[in-house]
Amino acid sequence: MLLQHAATAGAHPLEGTVASYLWLLPLLPLLGFVLNGLLSLTSAFHLGPDDPSADHGTGSHPVAHDETGGGAHGDDHHAVQRHRYAGLVSLIGPGVLIAAFGLALAIFLAMRGLGEMHAPFVQRYFSWMTVGDLVLDASFQLDQLSMVMVLIITGVGALIHLFSVGYMRDDPGYPRYFAYLNLFVFFMLVLVLGANYPILFIGWEGVGLCSYLLIGFWFSEKANADAGKKAFIVNRIGDFGFLIAMFMLFANLGRLDFLGVNATAGQLQFGGVVVTAICLFIFLGCAGKSAQIPLYVWLPDAMAGPTPVSALIHAATMVTAGVYLIARSNVLFSMAPAAGLTVVLIGGLTAVFAASIGLKQWDIKKVLAYSTVSQLGYMFVGVGSGAYVAGVFHLMTHAFFKALLFLGSGSVIYAMHAAYHATHSHEDAQDMRNMGGMKKYMPVTWVLMWAATLAIAGVPPFAGFFSKDEILGSVFLRASHSTLADAHWLGIPGSYILYLVYVIGLAAAFMTAVYMTRMMIYTFHGPNRTGEKEREHLREAPWIMTGPLVVLGVLSVIGGWFNIPAALPVGPIGALDRWLEPVVGESALRAAGGTLPEATHSLEYSLIAVAIVIALAGIGFAFARLKPQRLLPKAQAPAEHGFGRVLENKYYVDEAYDAAVVQPVVDVSRGLLWRGIDVGVIDRLTRLIVQSKDDDAAPGAVPMGGWVTRAVGYLGSQLQSGRVGTYAWVLVVGVLFVLGAFSFR
Amino acid sequence: MLAESLFFSAVLFTIGVVGVLTRRNAIIVFMCVELMLNAVNLTFVAFARVYGVAGQVFVFFVMTVAAAEAAVGLAIIIALFRHKQTVDLSNINLLKG
Amino acid sequence: MSHGELPLFYVFHFYLFGIIAIASALAFVTRKSPVAAVLWLVNTMFSLAALYVLLDAQFIGVIQVLVYAGAIMVVFLFVIMLLNLGHVSEIADARGMGWKLAAGLVGLALLAQVFALTRAQVPEALALPYGTIAQQVAAQGVIAPLAGPLFNEYLLAFEVTSVLLLAAVVGAVVLGKRRGRADAR
Repeated sequence: MLLQHAATAGAHPLEGTVASYLWLLPLLPLLGFVLNGLLSLTSAFHLGPDDPSADHGTGSHPVAHDETGGGAHGDDHHAVQRHRYAGLVSLIGPGVLIAAFGLALAIFLAMRGLGEMHAPFVQRYFSWMTVGDLVLDASFQLDQLSMVMVLIITGVGALIHLFSVGYMRDDPGYPRYFAYLNLFVFFMLVLVLGANYPILFIGWEGVGLCSYLLIGFWFSEKANADAGKKAFIVNRIGDFGFLIAMFMLFANLGRLDFLGVNATAGQLQFGGVVVTAICLFIFLGCAGKSAQIPLYVWLPDAMAGPTPVSALIHAATMVTAGVYLIARSNVLFSMAPAAGLTVVLIGGLTAVFAASIGLKQWDIKKVLAYSTVSQLGYMFVGVGSGAYVAGVFHLMTHAFFKALLFLGSGSVIYAMHAAYHATHSHEDAQDMRNMGGMKKYMPVTWVLMWAATLAIAGVPPFAGFFSKDEILGSVFLRASHSTLADAHWLGIPGSYILYLVYVIGLAAAFMTAVYMTRMMIYTFHGPNRTGEKEREHLREAPWIMTGPLVVLGVLSVIGGWFNIPAALPVGPIGALDRWLEPVVGESALRAAGGTLPEATHSLEYSLIAVAIVIALAGIGFAFARLKPQRLLPKAQAPAEHGFGRVLENKYYVDEAYDAAVVQPVVDVSRGLLWRGIDVGVIDRLTRLIVQSKDDDAAPGAVPMGGWVTRAVGYLGSQLQSGRVGTYAWVLVVGVLFVLGAFSFR
Repeated sequence: MLAESLFFSAVLFTIGVVGVLTRRNAIIVFMCVELMLNAVNLTFVAFARVYGVAGQVFVFFVMTVAAAEAAVGLAIIIALFRHKQTVDLSNINLLKG
Repeated sequence: MSHGELPLFYVFHFYLFGIIAIASALAFVTRKSPVAAVLWLVNTMFSLAALYVLLDAQFIGVIQVLVYAGAIMVVFLFVIMLLNLGHVSEIADARGMGWKLAAGLVGLALLAQVFALTRAQVPEALALPYGTIAQQVAAQGVIAPLAGPLFNEYLLAFEVTSVLLLAAVVGAVVLGKRRGRADAR
């Protein structure tokens, strides 16, 4: 396999090391997909309309059954059994992920052993497309940024796979689940390892596909299938933006590989229309994939999928693809301050908007979903303002604590579901109003969830504090010292925007602390509202599920210590900064206007203090104001009113989209295209041509003799008369045509 | 003389074609084909005069082939006549199907 | 080659035989009686033979008379006599007026296209000096200029043609044979 690099002559230092097995990294999960897929096909042909693998009864919150058997939704549900090959799948599914993580770790150590690595390691496998001026290779690029992503994907992914072994163990679609999950990891790895935009796009589309498949995993419920469709279609809108950006890149630079684009981007005018447009279109793609305003609406609905899926795809990895894309395109974004301001502004608005919705959600997964949207907003604030390391840092810590939160809630839901199973209750197992006091029944999960909550709220020394503080801090500093501050956004000076986003960010941080604490209080504290009989069945989840939680809990604690700011002279200061420097360092400088903004230590301390105060205030506010004792179970809970109702209904955004976009499209399709053209014109025409006099005439249709068909047929039959004279005629006429062709040349 | 020969040849050829298209007697049609062959022979000879004797060699071969073709074709017509008692082309559709 | 360099005698006879050929052909195509048609075609071939001689292809001209007019046409005549097709009344004339008109138009179109094709220019370099063949004939006699290439460059074609003749003879015999009682149905 050939190697190409931009800077160094000769072979890349990583060649010949374990890094040359880079191609094996995505291939392992792909192998898992194939094997698990084959195993799932063994049962595929026995399934009919009562496909148990697709059906989970009538409840809106389907969950795998535990071994107590029976259906939680009435006795009409057929008996559930584990899939025949569940054991084999349990080995293959997580196994390939663990192997991939091991390989990733080995490659990471090899990279670390090099010391400084300035040029990325590119492996070219074959020439993919050579059309005119477009030369595209199928190649993977390994540098510090993709290494971070690979570790997160395989590491957190492996943990989630292990969790799924317990969570999904009684699901009849067990192999299908792992097949899709493996396929997702494959595509995600292709996304982060691709060496050019089209390969990245393949991964981009692939993870969108897997997201659709996994959200609608229990597709016999229409709501689940609809959620999958919604995710895919809204994503598509973003993909359109990404494609336009690629077209513009090729048209202006003639290159689509990252190295080539980075090298030739200097040809574009700094802050000019072209580079700004490219960046804005890229961001449109990110808004779709990473659920920012206005394309975030699919993420809450995506909670219809199994909880580990929500953890992996809609928290840790897929939704972070947008952040990765911007980080990857750092050269372009650093040249377009106006685009950067747009990203920052939308990120900030999304952060606070989603956080406000999270304040009034009752479904535990919906709270986390809006929390994810909000935290993604933070990440975009980071990468949009030129603080690429901060954004990626928050991506990393968020993967840890959000996965932990989702998996933890999965354990809770698992226990709730088992309880409702046993009593044949039809209550909602995911609604917090039906929970309460779970700390008595699930102490380990309780502790770990608190670790994650403190992390997300931003309390030191937990992970989220460092990453969130770094983002907010860099926005504040860049508000007075960066190209973004000097630029204008629709006439407004950039520094105003950045300060505004800083303030919004603080507000969102406050709200984050509040709603997360609210979630903990309502779920784990206070009296239990599940019910007398159900209470007996609430217990901790099996260790196959709690084990990964522990690992994630540890990471949520120490994860922030990878990039300690200079103001706190403890531990590895700026480790991530140094690690990512070869990839984003130059662009960060350019975006900051030549020199990085400096902060005096006292300013830093003030910023840190503000962040801590906000976090603690939020937690305190929640503890003070929220009274879990006054909560009623969902069935008896009163309706919200006032602004609370608006928040609970997510500001009616979905309804607005439906009225403004969906309904008009449906109406045009049904009324004009179907009734008008399809039935009115095309069907009529066909009847005219084909219908014979003897046929029953459709009401209103004029019966013709089918003469067109008959006439054509008659003419055709004349050519086959068998008479020599006819053939002679045909021959001579043909000769005339041929001669005519020659005569006219 | 080349242009005049080509003119004659073209006219003769066209007369042959019209005859093939128009007549119903199989033997007459066959003879029209012979007429066409003769027209072509004239072309060859006319060109041979300017571009070399190869044209005449070709005429030689054309005549040979015409003779062979006439023999076989007439044998076919005889067989046809025996079968159908007529050589009227409009009634003969044995090639059908 | 303009007419001015050729003797008037030559040119006159060229046009004469040409017109006779065309007229005979027209007559041939329009006869109702097959026998008459055959005889007019024979006349056409005689005129063509004369044209061949005038075009320095004396051998071909004689072969035309011997083989074409003398053998092939005679065979046609034989077959007509054999099948007793000589009578006018049996076979009505050509197809109706419409067909004849269409055929006429097709013919005119074909003629026009062929004329267009004759405009095509063959490269001058290929043309031999004027009167080459006449000189060859004068030097070697009538047959030699033809026989030389025939048995040298075109030997393969010559041999293949002989095989063709063999096939034709066999085919004609087989096809023409009576198949016994079953034949006359």
